[in-house]
Amino acid sequence: MERISSKQRSLRIPFRIRLEQRMFIPRWLPIASSLGAVVVALIIGGVILWASGGNPFRSYAHVVRAAFGNLGVFNDTLVKASPLIMIGLACAIAFRMRLWNIGAEGQFYAGAFGASAVVLAPILPPDTSIWIMLPTMMLAGFIAGALWGFVPGYLKAKLNVNEIITSLMMNYIAISWNNYWIFAHWNESGFQMSPTFPKSAWLPRLADYAQQIPLFSGYTLHLGILLSLLMVFVIWFILYRSRWGYEIRLIGDNPKAAQYAGINIVRNTVLVMMLSGGLAGLAGMIEITGVVHRFQEKISSGYGFTGIIIAWLAKLNPFAVILVSILFGGLILAGREIQPSGIPLMLQGIILFCIISSEVLVRYRIRIRRRGDV
Amino acid sequence: MDLIIILHAGVATGTVILFATLGELITERSGVMNLGVEGMMLLGAMAAFGIANSTGNAWLGLLVAMFAGGVLAILHGIVVIQFRADQVVSGLSLTFLGTGVSLVLGEGLSDAGGVALLPAFDIPLLSAIPVIGPIMFANQSILTYLSYLLVPMIWYYINRTRPGLHLRAVGEYPAAADALGINVFRQRYLYVFIGGMLCGLAGAALSLAISPGWFSDKTTAGLGWIAIGLVIFAQWNPIRAALGSFLFGALRRLILDIQGPMVLFGVLRNPFFYDPYLGFFLQMLPYAFTIIVLVIGSREAMRKRLGAPAALGIPYVRGERGA
Amino acid sequence: MPESQYAVEMKGIVRRFPGVLANDNIDFNLRTGEIHALLGENGAGKSTLMNILTGLYRPDEGGISVNGQRVYFNSPKDAINAGIGMVHQHFMLVPSQSVTENILIGLDEPRFWLQLPKYEQKIKALEDQFNLKVDPQAKIWQLSVGEQQRVEILKMLYRGVSVLIMDEPTAVLAPQEIEGLFKTLRVMAAEGKSIVFISHKLNEVLEIADRITVLRRGKVTAVGIKASETNRAELAHLMVGRKVLFELEKKEQEPGKRVLSIEDIHALNNRRLPALRGVSMHVCAGEIVGVAAIAGNGQSELAEVITGLRECTAGRVLIGENEVQNRSARVSIDAGAAHIPEDRTHVGSAPNLSVTDNLIMKSYRRSPISHGMSINQSVAQEQAESLKDEYDIIVPTIKTPVRLLSGGNLQRVILAREISAEPELMIAVQPTRGLDVGAIEGVQQLLLDQREAGAAILLISEELEELVVLSDRIYVLYEGKVMGEVQNGDIDTIGQMMTGTRQEEISTEAKR
Repeated sequence: MERISSKQRSLRIPFRIRLEQRMFIPRWLPIASSLGAVVVALIIGGVILWASGGNPFRSYAHVVRAAFGNLGVFNDTLVKASPLIMIGLACAIAFRMRLWNIGAEGQFYAGAFGASAVVLAPILPPDTSIWIMLPTMMLAGFIAGALWGFVPGYLKAKLNVNEIITSLMMNYIAISWNNYWIFAHWNESGFQMSPTFPKSAWLPRLADYAQQIPLFSGYTLHLGILLSLLMVFVIWFILYRSRWGYEIRLIGDNPKAAQYAGINIVRNTVLVMMLSGGLAGLAGMIEITGVVHRFQEKISSGYGFTGIIIAWLAKLNPFAVILVSILFGGLILAGREIQPSGIPLMLQGIILFCIISSEVLVRYRIRIRRRGDV
Repeated sequence: MDLIIILHAGVATGTVILFATLGELITERSGVMNLGVEGMMLLGAMAAFGIANSTGNAWLGLLVAMFAGGVLAILHGIVVIQFRADQVVSGLSLTFLGTGVSLVLGEGLSDAGGVALLPAFDIPLLSAIPVIGPIMFANQSILTYLSYLLVPMIWYYINRTRPGLHLRAVGEYPAAADALGINVFRQRYLYVFIGGMLCGLAGAALSLAISPGWFSDKTTAGLGWIAIGLVIFAQWNPIRAALGSFLFGALRRLILDIQGPMVLFGVLRNPFFYDPYLGFFLQMLPYAFTIIVLVIGSREAMRKRLGAPAALGIPYVRGERGA
Repeated sequence: MPESQYAVEMKGIVRRFPGVLANDNIDFNLRTGEIHALLGENGAGKSTLMNILTGLYRPDEGGISVNGQRVYFNSPKDAINAGIGMVHQHFMLVPSQSVTENILIGLDEPRFWLQLPKYEQKIKALEDQFNLKVDPQAKIWQLSVGEQQRVEILKMLYRGVSVLIMDEPTAVLAPQEIEGLFKTLRVMAAEGKSIVFISHKLNEVLEIADRITVLRRGKVTAVGIKASETNRAELAHLMVGRKVLFELEKKEQEPGKRVLSIEDIHALNNRRLPALRGVSMHVCAGEIVGVAAIAGNGQSELAEVITGLRECTAGRVLIGENEVQNRSARVSIDAGAAHIPEDRTHVGSAPNLSVTDNLIMKSYRRSPISHGMSINQSVAQEQAESLKDEYDIIVPTIKTPVRLLSGGNLQRVILAREISAEPELMIAVQPTRGLDVGAIEGVQQLLLDQREAGAAILLISEELEELVVLSDRIYVLYEGKVMGEVQNGDIDTIGQMMTGTRQEEISTEAKR
């Protein structure tokens, strides 16, 4: 009998792996695992680059230099980061309620449309004071984005329609919608773009103050970054200090418990999708008024999707969104010059994959034990 | 604006969506949601076109495309089945990854000239049937004919065979299946892989048969997402999936054709002819239509209180009840 | 090799879970053809031990022999192949599939095509042999709980198991159904099957079992004692470890004004079938009113209608003067209703939020925790700290997420939250389910304290003894209708009503 059992035992793999839920998660662990995941992602990306004939070290060095090498390029990185922070927040607050708003791209376009309409419709005359013009554009951008978020939010809340697909479909609709206005009504003598906005519709840039402070000369960083940072604080306050945020977190963690606590889930679903859409719309507004200064096609290089990754990488923490957005701003900026053009997107995919894979390390303790150990 | 032509083209375009929808349907029936359809389709389209371009063999391209789709899907499988990661986020990253990799590897492919395409032909006898013949059995791609066979086969497989029984059990109540000795993980890997292969096939159908060529990320233009929406509309039933896909294909064709004539239905002055910019609104239609179709599907699911496989989106952990 | 006298022998079984030693060096043996009860409280390690025997878990230490042969199970399939099958407490049946389909899952035959009619015949034959009636073509969701249990047993018999493990099989059954089940079990034992009967109910164990093994907190306290040589008191002692107090102190007091009035309520269950069909009852201040019913007779839906979590199709619910039906949970809460929900983890708490966040779930809208639009964190934390001390919630800090709490601690969090709101009406659904004895007494005492403080309490429980001990009056529900109302806790009368006999019928019978 002994002989049989020992034979049976030798037939199996000598180790077994077990995932055990962690009772306590040390504070450093999520951060460490995120960083580790990014490093692993860069290594995997490097291997792919190397396999397809590139030089990963040169590419990465190029990214660092082109994004953070000197104040000039860092300025450009921050300019890229401004809308990203806003969109990262938009995704973070929706994801916190487990609402999968992947329509930030469309809401960004809608926000750009709303803001531009103020100038182009025109809602306000071109000689309006900047103090009235910009806030109106902000409001219009926010409302347009919020409307775009309202559709999937309402359908989700009232009819239980999957918001992932509806919000994504709204992206395509937004792009066609914008194109219609660009091509049919607001183009300038046949070009596929609107005339340049009046100066009162430009977000102030550092370079605008070069006469007073010579140091600012040449820096295009605009007020959008401050707006974004302000929104970080606002969203942090909503999530962690307000009653509404408490409701959002409760619904996100356990909708049944939220319902049991007397929270109106339908209303919150619609409101959070509108807030999320509004933030993405604001991002569109600051990109239009801070960088592009006119209404045109292709104003986003996939910001809406990058925002999803940023939110996840920041673990839905508003302050972490800032840091991650700056990193991704740099990646997008430097990536524009990298050939082939799909590399940044591929890297983003790999990073996100590594992040979610690394989460298993945070939630579970992996135990490897010898079989038959007593 | 010939209805027969529109429906004929609808069936052709519908084939592409149908493969992807069936792939997602099978994957979801096993309890795994894979939102990376768009990424897998793009990779499939790129791989098929690239291989056909370099080897001159379209069939080889098709095989490689299916394999590529399957491999990408397995990546999703590892992350969500083994690591219990969130299926939505993993699916999204698969979309990014698939799109990115296709763009990287497909660099320069868009300039490639004529490649070997998959054949299209008439089916004798069947093509002579009035109305249905010219729509379904005349000058369609071999893949379209394949899809006609695939739909009833998958329906039968799911509902009338032993492996299909296990597939349903794993998607509805994995703990029950596990208790009876079914390896839930292996089953889910299998169907994630098969789903990925079908999405790869959908991509290949696109680039080698239905609208030949490689147009970087414009190749799919959201078809993958539409397929995911159609699965919900189809209530996880392959026959309804076919219906939805072909209807959808017809709509896409209709949008192209409606801008042609000056007069619609013999009386209406065609606004799309006189104001070409209105075409932008036509471009929105497939996406708006998807939303409408989703609303219909969701309402029906609420009314009949059936719908998604009960374990859809939930990682299976042995010993946790209800999962 | 001599034939072993044991169908199954488990020796020195150890199984750890994070933070818990679920099985600590357990020995267990099962003779061929016997019914062997495995007795223990919730959490004593019975299910873990049996999950090891059926290959769902692997033991960290120890070994299993079947008919004298050492075995190693990697999966439930290995166990089934060795002739060991289990009927789980929560049925492992796929609701959307038919009876036959469920039985065929995981078998080598049919090879490919299902050919259902052929296998329906085979199952019919098996049903006749063991007297287990159920329609093989019916879908699982159409079946009653008792019928589903029969499907589970059929599933195992079809696989030709010689050892059948029944995990708490009577918990969901009506008394008559229990009789039927016991009859089936005896037939099976007579045909040479060995049966493990897991339970925490002493009476049942003494009635059905040949031998009894008792577990307490992961350890064996008695191995295979003969049922004929023991008694209730001894078993209770082995199971709990100390003398059980069967009586709580309950003061006589006159009920006050009417707090809850329910008038002719109709409601549907999750399957959109009628769950409540014209229920009327009332609860006054300072009284505990029990609702007795077998699981699935409308008591869960009743609690949900009162607390605003379920719509009713007709009727009225009044809390004090306020009509609350078909409005929202918020309305019921504001009217003064507290709710201890049946499902602590999925309804009563948010697992990843902190103890503090869970404690303020009902009070965050009111001052002083609510401060304008914001939440006053320091007040919230102060309150949480004091509730933690007052209710003996054992956690490292009040920032700990509640998913890390034990069942008893989590229940104390919920009780602390609901009681601290000083409710006029308390709806308590299965408040002691799954808790160990000490915790149960604590919870019951808290309910009695609330009664004394003048709250109106509606107690819904499937533990008849608990209902009888705590309640001033008891309503009995059967298939969504009130069968009658009992003042003095007469368990036999209640039992008859729970199975569908109207109170009037019982009294006329008695007169005869």
